[in-house]
Amino acid sequence: MGLEQKLGDMGIVTTTLETAVNWGRTNAMWPMLFGLACCAMEMVSTVAGPQNDLSRFGMELMRASPRQSDLMIVAGRVTRKMAPVLRRLYDQMPDPKWVIAMGDCASCGGIFNNYAIVQGVDEVVPVDVYVAGCPPRPEALMHGIITLHEKVYKMKLKDWA
Amino acid sequence: MTHIEKTIAALKEKFGGNIVDVTEFRGETTIVVDKVAILEVVRFLKEAPDLRYTFLANLTAFDDWPEEPRFNVVYQLREMTLPANIRLKCRVAGDDPQIASVVEVFRNANWHEREVYDMFGVTFTGHPDHRRILMPADWQGHPLRKDYPLGYEEVEFTFNFKEIEKKKPYAKE
Repeated sequence: MGLEQKLGDMGIVTTTLETAVNWGRTNAMWPMLFGLACCAMEMVSTVAGPQNDLSRFGMELMRASPRQSDLMIVAGRVTRKMAPVLRRLYDQMPDPKWVIAMGDCASCGGIFNNYAIVQGVDEVVPVDVYVAGCPPRPEALMHGIITLHEKVYKMKLKDWA
Repeated sequence: MTHIEKTIAALKEKFGGNIVDVTEFRGETTIVVDKVAILEVVRFLKEAPDLRYTFLANLTAFDDWPEEPRFNVVYQLREMTLPANIRLKCRVAGDDPQIASVVEVFRNANWHEREVYDMFGVTFTGHPDHRRILMPADWQGHPLRKDYPLGYEEVEFTFNFKEIEKKKPYAKE
C-alpha cells in the first residue's frame, strides 16, 4: 500500500480506504499453527469446537506455513531452546502480522519461574494481545481475538506495513 | 540364596576394597562403589554368566551439597529373567567431577550421561559424544546443582512492578 502512504492524507478517500482494508484484514485473519503445550488444546477447541467456532471469523484455516498466515497465537510454554525457532518463524511471516500471547506461560512465564522457560514471550516477539488464563477458556481466547480485531480496526494508514 | 545375595557375594569376592557399602531398604539393595572401579563393576555385572544384569534401567545423579563428595551418580541395573534389580551408587567429588563412562558396556548410557553432564557438570571420560542435551549448547552453568538459583526472575508484585518493568528486555520488530 505504498501509493496511499506516499500521497498522504487524502481526506475522505483515506478514511474509507482504511475502513475497507482494516475490515478485510480482520475478516480473514489466518492463524499459524503454533500450539506448543496445554493451551494448544484450548486453542483447538476454540477453533474447531462446535460451541466456540472460529470459522465465523474466517479463521478456521490454520496454516502450517508462516508465509501464508497473518496471526501467530503462541499457545503454551516457550523454552529457551525453542525461542530462536519462534523468532525465526515470526520473521518469516509477511507483514501485516499480529501476535497473541495465549495463556499465562506465554504472557509472563506462568508458574514456571526457572532456567528453562522464557519468562513471557514478549522477550522474543512483540505481542499485541495477552490472554490470561491457565489455560484460558475458549471464550477468553475469543475475547482476545475480538480485542485484536478492534485494535486492527483502529489502525491508521500511516501505520500500515 | 537369592540372586541379589549371590551378586553381593561375587562382587565382594572380586572387588573387595572397592565395594564401600551395601544397604537394603524395603526390598531394594544399594551398593556404594568406589569411583575408580565403576566401569569394571558394571562390566562384571553384565558379563558374568551367572549374574547377567543386562539392562541398564537408569543412570542419574543427585547433588548432596554441601556434603562432600558432592555428586552421587546412580546406576540401576536389572536382570531380565528373574527379574532382579540392583542399584549402584558412586560418589564423585565436587572440585573435579569426573567418572568413567559406561557407554562401551551399555550403549543406552549415552544420552543418560549427556543429561547428567548437562544438569550437574559431571564429565564422563571416554564418552563418544560429550555435549549438552537439554539446555542450549552455549548455556553457562549446570541447572540441577543445589547452588544454582531456583527462580529465573524476581516475582512481580505491585510494589516492585515498576523496577522490574524497567529491566525487562522487550523484543523489537
